[in-house]
Parts: sequence; C-alpha cells; structure tokens
Amino acid sequence: MFSTSALVAGVAILVVLAAVAIFLVAESLPAFLANPADISSDGSGFWGLVGPLVFGTIWAAALALLISLPLSIGIALFISHIAPRKLAQGLGYIIDLLAAVPSVVFGLWGITVLAPAVQPFFVWLVDNLGWIPFFAGPVSGTGRTVLTVAIVLAVMILPIITAIAREVFLQTPRLHEEAALALGATRWEMIQMAVLPFGRPGLISATMLGLGRALGETMAVAMVLSPSVIISFALLQSQNPTTIAANIALNFPEASGIGVNVLIGTGLLLFIITLIVNSIARVAINRRKAFSGAN
Amino acid sequence: MSKRIEINDLNVYYSNFLAVEGVSLTIEPRTVTAFIGPSGCGKSTLLRTINRMHEVIPGARVEGEVLIDGQDLYGPGIDPVVVRRQVGMVFQRPNPFPTMSIRDNVIAGVKLNNRKMSKSDADNLVEQSLQGANLWNEVKDRLDKPGSGLSGGQQQRLCIARAIAVSPDVLLMDEPCSALDPISTLAIEDLIGELKNEFTIVIVTHNMQQASRVSDRTAFFNISGTGEPGKLIEFDDTTTIFENPHVQSTEDYISGRFG
Repeated sequence: MFSTSALVAGVAILVVLAAVAIFLVAESLPAFLANPADISSDGSGFWGLVGPLVFGTIWAAALALLISLPLSIGIALFISHIAPRKLAQGLGYIIDLLAAVPSVVFGLWGITVLAPAVQPFFVWLVDNLGWIPFFAGPVSGTGRTVLTVAIVLAVMILPIITAIAREVFLQTPRLHEEAALALGATRWEMIQMAVLPFGRPGLISATMLGLGRALGETMAVAMVLSPSVIISFALLQSQNPTTIAANIALNFPEASGIGVNVLIGTGLLLFIITLIVNSIARVAINRRKAFSGAN
Repeated sequence: MSKRIEINDLNVYYSNFLAVEGVSLTIEPRTVTAFIGPSGCGKSTLLRTINRMHEVIPGARVEGEVLIDGQDLYGPGIDPVVVRRQVGMVFQRPNPFPTMSIRDNVIAGVKLNNRKMSKSDADNLVEQSLQGANLWNEVKDRLDKPGSGLSGGQQQRLCIARAIAVSPDVLLMDEPCSALDPISTLAIEDLIGELKNEFTIVIVTHNMQQASRVSDRTAFFNISGTGEPGKLIEFDDTTTIFENPHVQSTEDYISGRFG
C-alpha cells in the first residue's frame, strides 16, 4: 500500500515534468521555424528578440546574487556563531518573515520607496565613477534601473539563502569547531577552517535556490522596470534590459498568433537556463564529494 | 619544548555550578600524567582548563591559577588563542578536518601562525609530524587524499600529528583511545611513550590498565554525589597509586569495587 502510493507520487512528478516540457517544446516550435520577418518588424527574428531577454534575465539575477550572497553568509554566520542566543533567535524570525512577503509587495516597495531613495545615490555614482562602464551616464531620472531591480531581487532571495546557510552552519560538528579552536584558531579562523568548508555544498545549494528564484521572478521586475529590448551592461541608465519572465507577464495579454509561440519559446529558454544552473551546482558539489565531510 | 604545569587551588564553574573544587597539583616536564576517576568527576573539565578550552561552553569560568613555567594562563591580558597554540589537545573522537587533505590537516595549525610557508618547509614539517605520530609509512603515498578516509586509529594519529606540528609545550589528551579498537589503542599508547621525550603529556582515561601502562604519575578524582564538585583525591607515582594507594576510595576505585 505504502510502496504503491510512493510509486504513484514518484511517477506523477515525472508525468507533470514531461507534460510541461512537451507543452513548452510543442508550442515554441512554430516560433523557431517561423519566417524572421513575421516575428519582428526589423527582421532580426526569434534570436534577435530573445537574445537581449536571456541576457537581461541572467544579468539581473547575477547582480542580485552578487549583492545578496555576501550579506546572506554574513547574517547566517552572525546568527549561527556570533550573536547571543536570544538576539540570534529574533533575527532568525525576522529573516523568515522576510521570506513570506509576496513579490508584488516587493515590487511596490521597489517603485515607491527604493527607486526614489537610491536615485540621488545613482546621480553621485555617475558623477564620480562614471568612467567605469557599469556606471556610465546619462543617469535615469526615476531610479528605476536594472540595479534597482537587482537590489529588490537581492532582498527577495536574501531570506532563502540566509535560512539555508544558517541551518548548514549550525550543523558543523562541534568536534571540528573544537579541533580548530584547540589549534589556537580565533573565532574567525575557526569559521574559515571548519564552518565554511563544511557548509560549502549546502551553501552552493542555497545559492542555486536563490538564483533560481531571481531568474524566474516576474512581478518585481515587471513592476519596477520600464523595459526595452537591449543588451547593456550600464546599471544606471533609463534604458534597461528586461527579463524573460517579466517580458512574458507584460506582453502575453496582448500577444496573438506567432507572438504567443515566441513568448512560450522564451519560457522554454528560461526552463533550460534554470536546468543548466542546477546542473552546474550539482557538478560543483560532486566534484569534491570525498572532502565533503559526509563520510 | 616541554614545560612544567602548576595548578594552584583551582575552582572551575559552569555558571553557578561548581564542577571542580580546590585542585592543586604540579606536573613535571617530560612526564605522562594520567587523570582517572568516575564519570562526572571533573577530570575532563580540569584538563580543558589547561588550554582554556572549557571556555567554549558559555558561562564557564575558573578561580585560582594554572601556571605553565610560571606564567599564569588566566593572567590579565592573556589571550586564550595564544594559550591554545602552546598547549595542544587531542580529543575523545578523532576529528581531522573532513574538508582537508591529510597534508593540509597536519599543517592546519601551523598555517594559522605562518601563512606564507615555503612548500619545502611545509613538506618537511608534514613528514616530520607524521613520523612523530607513527603514521608516515601508512599515508606517505596519499597525502592529498581526505583525512576522513583513514581508519579511526589512523585518524587519531593524524590528529596527534596535527597537534605536535605546531610544537606545543604541552599535549593534552582527552580519552584519546576510547573510540578505538585494541590494536589502534596499542599504537597510540606506544606513541605516547615516545612523545613524552619531547612534550609534557596529560591524559584523561577511563581505562585503568591504560593509565598504569602509559603514565608516570596518576591523579585520582572523585565526587561525593551528583551535583557535588569533583575533587582531587590522590596524586602520586602511578606505581604507588595502583599498588599501594594511601586513600581508601582510591583503592576501592582501582580495584573495581565502585565506579
């Protein structure tokens, strides 16, 4: 009885996954095969439209991760190894609470609070560090740029990464921590010798979960960014690349004919990108399995 | 290097709980001293005060003095980190760093002090320390393999190699053989006999045969009941303790009448 229901559950997940994959492939095939002129007026075709979207998706997610990862590790270490127990507990609850905020709310916050707040800072960046291509002008007047989006995404993925990192750090065997301390390690050296290496596989998983959410995030990006289909590394200008998910959400209601197929095709690409990210994580974890501490 | 340890009228507390009361003893350089006694008598706690590892537990504190060659480990301005670099420790369960190779495990402590060590210096130190721990011949062909792949006894000798690689003055061992089989135990006991030529060794053990085999001096600790502090009952040459103890409770313990 139990083994049958377990088998059914196992098969069900495969069926659902297959159904989604078949839907994506079947519906996006027309977009791959269509005449480029039918897809966009300038004749650049599917890839001309989708290339910037793929770039924007990865770019925004990578920026978010760059902001979020060091912060998350710092917070997790503070909670697990530095803060007094009461403070750590309170902080843990607050982080979990942050994870429960819906992304629409983060989007609203991004538009109404964050964008105006960071705009003067963006102006300063362009004025003083404008020679770095990332900070090249002209600066956006609204503050609604890809960097703002990245900050919103970073805040969104922060709780996921922090929560997992904290759990992983807390599981460092006391024996290993004491081994480091008994060798005369300071607390920070103990963290470097015992806690971080032990938590490395878990940290990679946490990062990938965060990255997965950042890649697929729709509402916050769609709300904050006024999209344009470009490839640009400039962080502070008013023209910004948008992401696949946000593009689908914004354009699907008005799409018709081949346009629908194109949007579904971009969805297929997002699916593939996420798959690749997960595979890379798995490879990274397996590569040093013997040193993982699991044996 | 090898140094004398003097413990003067030491009380150890965990918050308000007095775990060890009024211990005074002197441990000579280049000797092996065994701490024996029933569970909960504070012998491990006392051992940990010699390198301030008990401070890992919040609320732990001491009153009294622990002197190593006359220097008080609990004096003002003494950093526990510095103390632990002079007083090495081997734990009950082997604890090599699982994320490091055998080689990196050996030099882990040295790297804390001296990050830029030349490769040849490091190689020499690795060989010397592993030789010192009687492990070199077994692992010399797989120094870059993880330390967690070794057997329990080998892992424990790896931990000893790691502890002696930093050339400490004193080596503390907290029941180093309790998780090992008899053959591995014998290997560690032989090793202790060799190591005492260079280090002052203090070993906590539940195995009285082990205490009588490896140690020169033996300290017997006891508690009068649960919640009572542990006390030093008798401290003498190992042969005296085991053959002709002066205190009745020592004799009861070593002859197996209680504990």
